[in-house]
Amino acid sequence: MSFIDSFFTRKRPEATSSNVARDRLQILLAHERQAKEGGDSTLLRTLHAEILEVLARHVSVDEDNVRVKLDRGQKCSKLEIDIQVPQSGLRAQVSTVTPNEELD
Amino acid sequence: MAKIVVVTSGKGGVGKTTTTAALGAALAKSGQNVVVVDFDVGLRNLDLIMGVERRVVFDLINVIQGEATLNQALIRDKRCDTLSILPASQTRDKDALTPEGVGIIMDELRKKFDWILCDSPAGIERGAQLAMHHADYAVIVTNPEVSSVRDSDRIIGMLDSRTEKAERGEQVEKHLLITRYDPIRAARGEMLSVEDVVEILSLPLLGVVPESEDVLKASNVGAPVTLASPDSAPAGAYFEAVRRLEGEDIPVSVPTEKRGIFGRIFKKRGA
Repeated sequence: MSFIDSFFTRKRPEATSSNVARDRLQILLAHERQAKEGGDSTLLRTLHAEILEVLARHVSVDEDNVRVKLDRGQKCSKLEIDIQVPQSGLRAQVSTVTPNEELD
Repeated sequence: MAKIVVVTSGKGGVGKTTTTAALGAALAKSGQNVVVVDFDVGLRNLDLIMGVERRVVFDLINVIQGEATLNQALIRDKRCDTLSILPASQTRDKDALTPEGVGIIMDELRKKFDWILCDSPAGIERGAQLAMHHADYAVIVTNPEVSSVRDSDRIIGMLDSRTEKAERGEQVEKHLLITRYDPIRAARGEMLSVEDVVEILSLPLLGVVPESEDVLKASNVGAPVTLASPDSAPAGAYFEAVRRLEGEDIPVSVPTEKRGIFGRIFKKRGA
């Protein structure tokens, strides 16, 4: 049966577990590499950890759903904090410019 | 000028020791003087893979602590007289491995050998850091599997920041070696492909070693796979890796599916 199975997986390459593995790794390593590069990242990590800590007292939020980003501009920098609370649909955004389209 | 190579991975069980032995023997077969050094203090295994476990009298820690000379601790391979091994200690605490001691030994080895291959312990702690500290080259051994790729990425970060070369503002020459690759499972989409791993880690590919019973057989009898079965597929991949490590620009042979006649017919129809 294995060759028949392989036909089906070939027809839908996006569904294979190796593609899931690749996508998960790419997202994870992008995060981890960012965290390693000193400078701003120390501030961002601290902010991320402390925001999570405050949130955890009131709502249950997944670590991945809190994103802290810093864009350095010439005149001013933009600190973007994006918190998604999926269960209730509640969402807080501080100082963001474009709304996040990924939310359901 | 001796070249120091660290064989490292972060994750355990991916094939560092097998790779160190196989690359060491392949280099030595060409007549160059090679030493393989076991940095896994407390859990040494390179001696067993090399088949010299009953000949170990003195080890790396004995030399560092001045209890034996380097020549007393070095064991020459009986099958290949340009290949030597410096075993790790099995009984000592890993704290006995000091940066100064390792530095002195590396300087001495540099005078005697053309290639010094350091078999790193798993993890990212002291032992792994000392194994990579003096390296000119790094062979990052990775299995096509998520945790191994992630750990390799951590190790790559350390090679870029914690080595002697990095401290001097230079770079360790890094090479990716994919081991335990199963072409059939990769073709079915059940295993990360060579292309995926290379793309994610973005390192030059030194070779792809297929999962093979020859590797286990070689370890059973205590011989590097490049000595035990030099005509096997994994040995071929290691011989090729060595040529690339020496600077030759040759294409990497990626193991392919070995299909029977039926498989081939179906493959053509399916395409």
